[in-house]
Amino acid sequence: MKQEIALLIAFLVVFLCDTFASAKAAKSIPAVACMWMAAVTVFGFITVPDGTETAFAGMYATSKVMYAIKNILNIGTLIVLIQSLKWAGSDFVAIRRGEFYELIMLTLLGMSLMISSRHFLIFIIGLETASLPLCALVAFNKNRYESHEAAVKYVLTAVFSSAILLMGLSYVYGLCGSLYYDNIALSAGSGAGVMLAVGLAFVIAGFGFKISLVPFHLWTADVYQGAPTPVTSYLSVISKGSAAFAFLVVLTQAFGAVYAQAWEWMLYALIILTITVGNLFAMRQTNMKRFLAFSSISQAGYIMLAVVGNTAMGVSALMFYVLVYVFSNLAAFGVIGAIENATGKVDMTDYNGLYSTNPRLSFTMMLAMFSLAGIPPFAGFFSKFFVFTSTLSGSGSAALYVLVLIALINTIISLYYYLLVVKAMFINPSDSPIATFRSALSERAGMWVCVAGIIGLGIASYFYDYLLTIV
Amino acid sequence: MDITMIWYLIPALVMFCCGIYGFLTRRNMIAMLISLELMLNAVDINFVVFNRYLFPGSSEGWIFTLFGIAIAAAETALAIAIIINFYRVCKEIDVEDATELKH
Repeated sequence: MKQEIALLIAFLVVFLCDTFASAKAAKSIPAVACMWMAAVTVFGFITVPDGTETAFAGMYATSKVMYAIKNILNIGTLIVLIQSLKWAGSDFVAIRRGEFYELIMLTLLGMSLMISSRHFLIFIIGLETASLPLCALVAFNKNRYESHEAAVKYVLTAVFSSAILLMGLSYVYGLCGSLYYDNIALSAGSGAGVMLAVGLAFVIAGFGFKISLVPFHLWTADVYQGAPTPVTSYLSVISKGSAAFAFLVVLTQAFGAVYAQAWEWMLYALIILTITVGNLFAMRQTNMKRFLAFSSISQAGYIMLAVVGNTAMGVSALMFYVLVYVFSNLAAFGVIGAIENATGKVDMTDYNGLYSTNPRLSFTMMLAMFSLAGIPPFAGFFSKFFVFTSTLSGSGSAALYVLVLIALINTIISLYYYLLVVKAMFINPSDSPIATFRSALSERAGMWVCVAGIIGLGIASYFYDYLLTIV
Repeated sequence: MDITMIWYLIPALVMFCCGIYGFLTRRNMIAMLISLELMLNAVDINFVVFNRYLFPGSSEGWIFTLFGIAIAAAETALAIAIIINFYRVCKEIDVEDATELKH
């Protein structure tokens, strides 16, 4: 509970500062928010418990693994906040800049609750605390039409998916008489009924919307394109990662037995569809944010691959994958955000000849693309490698081998479109490339951290070893 | 006539399906929101009925329903706010007009 309380305190401090500070002092709110977020992150590292801590009569439980997961999400949020400093200082955001930081912290709190819940009531409260402020964040650019359209699409799909999830839960409740994960696992073990299988199908569909698995992915590209860039980066990394962790916890703790009997194949199909469709659509995108949206859909498929393995190794592989994904994707969004802030351009053709004018930005983008595509020695290669290994180390059925083979083929396909961006920056000629500019200190700091993460996690094996020992 | 659990569950399911149907076919955002509300209320009925008939000793379902109502209210408030914002920009709340973001 300590991490959530720390986060809540940080949120309240920023909220009070925003409400009562004078107009002059309000300028420092972004810096204050970043410092508090950094403090929360450090706090999470130094207070790791040895055993399991519970709260709310067992509805909430946390352990070393949960702390590690939340620390990963905290680091990601901190990078997002740092990268957004320049944007938050711009004129049309300035009067509402406090709200941005408050809402981000509130969603992070909801995600922490959602991951640690051991009862579906806490889970639903966490889920809604996470997704409702996000809807408001998507609509943050008040004077841009796209932002409103994206927000409408996001809020309608978010409510639709929670309604489906709740319907599934109501049937699960009717069958098990309790919404504690443990009790559901007990009733499911003693003979899974058809109703429970149907309930689980609804739950998987609800999660599919949150993680944007195909065929529940239709909102993703529009929302990513329309939302302000810092919000898009937050959505694509933290929101997706936390939903994947929560899905893993729900599948293993509550629905382990039913899942193995009834729905394994459904999840296999979802993963194959997600990776393939995400890849195929990513190829024809010209807007960078839409491009990264489809890339993140296909990455979600790889994330789910770690979940189906259902092994201890799968959990550490999932954590490592999300950690690497945080750094790679945030590096890419950092570059996109810096270029958008300086010039307002987000099309892939605008990036032609970027290397000749902004070599450092191009280099960062190249590293991010290599890591997302999984080229050794960068971190993305190892995270994919561990995910594939953990999937096969479980039951080792033939179906899993086919699944991994399809995922491998898709990795090669994904190389094509990731390298398209690199080609645009380094090879494509351009008459009027983006002029040389110096990005803000905060943006550079965020990108440096991401680059260090991409290279460091690839070279140093310590992090993965540590994640493996705590599971 | 004996009113059993099924007399409540079928209407709830019908409500839920109507909600899905409305959400997918209606093109007016407010109508879509009403459909979502139907779906959420069907869930509440389910929880209450299961608790009343199957587990009368506990109150987990009722508590969940109370939270469900609160969450539905929050969701509606937010959705309405966003739709009003959209209306201010476009003077229109038909989803067919919200098609600028594509491909």
